[in-house]
Amino acid sequence: MTRHTDDDGGAERAADRAGHDQAATDGGVESATGGSDSAELDPDAYDPVDVFPGGDLDLREGADSCYKCTSCDTSCPVAEVDEEFPGPKFQGPEQWRLKRKEDHDIDESITSCSNCMRCDDACPSSVPLSQMHNEARGQYVEEQMEKLSVEYLRNRVLANYRTSARLASVFPRTASFVMNFGPVRWGMEKALGIPKERDFPEFATETFREWWKARGGAQVQNPDKRVAYFHGCYSNFNTPEVGKAMVRVYEHFGYEVMVPPQKCSGTPMFANGMLKDARRHAETNVESLVAAIGEGADVIASCTSCSLSLRQEYPELFDIHGIEDVSEHTYEALEYLRIHEDLDGELAESELADEQSFAYHAPCHARNQGLSRQAVETFRDVDGVTMEDVGDSCSGISGTYGWKEEKYEKSMKIGAEMFEHMEEADGDVGMTECPTCAMQMEHGTGYEIKHPLQLLEDAVGA
Amino acid sequence: MAIDSDVLVVGGGLAAITAAAAAAREGADVRLVSHKSSTLRQASGLIDALGYVPATEPAQPLREGPPTAGRELDPDDWPDPEGPLADPFEAIDRLPESHPYRTVGADALGDGLSLFDELTGEMYRGGHTDRNALVPTFGGSVKPTARYPAAAEAGIASDDRPTLIVGFRSLTDYDARAFAGRLEAAGVPFDVAGAEVEFAEAFRADTKITRLAKALDHDEEIDGVPAREALAKAVAPHLHDVVDEAGGVDRVERVGFPAFLGDQHGEAVREELADRLGADVFEIPMGPPSLPGLRLEDRLYDALDEAGVRFETGNPVVGIETQSDGAIETVSVDRKGRETPYGADAFVLATGGLVGKGLDSDREGVTEPAFGLHVEQPADRYEWFVDDAFGDQPYARFGVRIDEEGRALDEAGAPAYENVFAAGGVVGGADVAREKSASGVSLATGVVAGRRAAKEASQ
Repeated sequence: MTRHTDDDGGAERAADRAGHDQAATDGGVESATGGSDSAELDPDAYDPVDVFPGGDLDLREGADSCYKCTSCDTSCPVAEVDEEFPGPKFQGPEQWRLKRKEDHDIDESITSCSNCMRCDDACPSSVPLSQMHNEARGQYVEEQMEKLSVEYLRNRVLANYRTSARLASVFPRTASFVMNFGPVRWGMEKALGIPKERDFPEFATETFREWWKARGGAQVQNPDKRVAYFHGCYSNFNTPEVGKAMVRVYEHFGYEVMVPPQKCSGTPMFANGMLKDARRHAETNVESLVAAIGEGADVIASCTSCSLSLRQEYPELFDIHGIEDVSEHTYEALEYLRIHEDLDGELAESELADEQSFAYHAPCHARNQGLSRQAVETFRDVDGVTMEDVGDSCSGISGTYGWKEEKYEKSMKIGAEMFEHMEEADGDVGMTECPTCAMQMEHGTGYEIKHPLQLLEDAVGA
Repeated sequence: MAIDSDVLVVGGGLAAITAAAAAAREGADVRLVSHKSSTLRQASGLIDALGYVPATEPAQPLREGPPTAGRELDPDDWPDPEGPLADPFEAIDRLPESHPYRTVGADALGDGLSLFDELTGEMYRGGHTDRNALVPTFGGSVKPTARYPAAAEAGIASDDRPTLIVGFRSLTDYDARAFAGRLEAAGVPFDVAGAEVEFAEAFRADTKITRLAKALDHDEEIDGVPAREALAKAVAPHLHDVVDEAGGVDRVERVGFPAFLGDQHGEAVREELADRLGADVFEIPMGPPSLPGLRLEDRLYDALDEAGVRFETGNPVVGIETQSDGAIETVSVDRKGRETPYGADAFVLATGGLVGKGLDSDREGVTEPAFGLHVEQPADRYEWFVDDAFGDQPYARFGVRIDEEGRALDEAGAPAYENVFAAGGVVGGADVAREKSASGVSLATGVVAGRRAAKEASQ
């Protein structure tokens, strides 16, 4: 990470005083809680949240809270299949302590962390494990990774999915064909390390935003009930039917839906240590979402990784004006309706035309938001619906993770338990909130995969 | 609009699960909210009820006044705890009057254990008797326990068959030979030997126990040999390691492994190993990370799912939102920065003790952070603890006091709220570490709190 030179350099002064040339993101060397080597405390030196670029992330307290119970390690889906991966306890608090010493590189194994963030949910002491991993990964990529390497290039392409998807959606049919054309895929595996086993998602012939524009935007005006829809990249470019379901369901409940300008939520960028890219996108997102909040809207995401990013990773990693407001006003789509509408009452009246059975998988990122059971709870008493939870294992794809040749096998090994449970379940349609979990579910079982909003759209007749 | 249920259980451990299951059986619509994944994954998987009755008075009081620490007074002389107890039930009367067992009664313990038996089914043993079993644990001691996993059954210490304890160099916190030595020193009625074998050597030294379990679950190949076969082959040369008192060599009849013999398919792993070794196979419960704890967590949450209980983890209950007429109406759940009201007719607080963070402490005092319930404690911080680390530590008994129906009490000993019940580690009065009673207290108070909460909700 490059040193910042744009502010008054308080942190640098403290570092210089202590006689070290510490990296500016080196996790709170000059922390307010006493991590400084300097005997004197300089209040100007402490700015614990301003991290990227420059600032100083205070993780000392988090590291000190760890009492090494290893709950995080037992929750780690990567450690379960890969004995070479030292686990979240090492990647978080232990590596953070090692870094206190000069000349200590970040261990390369940080790139094997899939950023599923299950360790956050497992830690009884609320150690900010994923924040520590994000910070270490960012530092590794910035300072130690060869920028001309194929791996860096491939990861950058994967992390910036939105950029590729935008280009592809100009010629969606051609793109869908070319991206899955055998010789092209062979070349991609050889040149970029993108496993040929995976099918690229189809690009929609009409993106969600194109549809939104064509229908003339919001059909319901209601200054008292407004939501700003954060559709994310996938609902826009690949599965606009999820976005349409969101709009129809919310309009059914009398909400005025806004679709503000937006970029990537940052999830794939965090997972690849591309924090500068993520920050750039975050600036746009925060600006336009803060404007929507100003008009009385809450922010709704249909992808649980997008909602987790806006809620948790944004305020943990970036100091952007209004970012806390965005965090506090963001909800997942079904969660919001369950809090604000009498969904159970509405669904008690409804009945589906055809009996439907679903094998539901809760995305890891839903888990951290307390949402891992909401789809099962919402739908299990609806007439005509059978909803079975396929268990608490990870799907293994973790966004871009399973899209890397060297991780592909690991990803499928992690997913094996979920595939097994899906086959055992009655339903032959899969259901999940996460678009990449959906890819993995389809890849492993061949099932059609739906989003809970699509079922809700059917059930309430929106 | 609040997220409503008849009964809201706050917490995710054994007491919370027991309360939720008990309330659901009374017909209540139950929701369980837990801040984090269940701490059962840190538990040994053994279900103790009461193993010892520790003395609460020094044998010879050497000085006047309350017990204090750090004031350089002569330490008191404490008698050894009574035990290991053969029968946990008959000893309840000898516990201090403020002990939760005395409050909710021995029947509650029996009911809690019965409910546990029903929830776990074939997975657990010990339900055939009221008496304690003696199970070897990973420290090399023998623990009196009321219920134990089927996986540990062949290891019962009252069994006199010669035993081999297997260890791996790569599992650094588990030394099989030292373990066997300690068992012998404890006077177990069987001959025992410890052996370190080469199996986990194929993995690096800090390989997670979940990795080993997964390899055995799926019988993955290790250096070309299926994992279960490789493990049996590694153990086979040691089947005659046990030497009896007369110097005779016995073929072992049972083999104990650290508890990593599979996660999802543990039974199949044990059966195959037993078959290959021609000896019974058992697991020795370990400290965290604990597979027996993880398996129990999975089983109990499946049981809650089957009972129609709604549950969620990830967000903490941070306080009471609304109350009227001495009853709580809604509590606040912090959903990543936004507080959302959760309403119920009755609430069960089962957030754990000082370790589980159901109790919080600083220099000023010990508090119960979720509902702000009263925690009895001496005003002088020096009276919270005593010098003898293994002595009768007052802080060990800190917690919320309850009445015989499980209602949380206020400072004056009256119900704090009509509809708030407490269970498990957050309840004070027991010194569970010395008594070996943590699980039993959770089961007994959990079953009472759950039933009464359901009744309260139906009124």
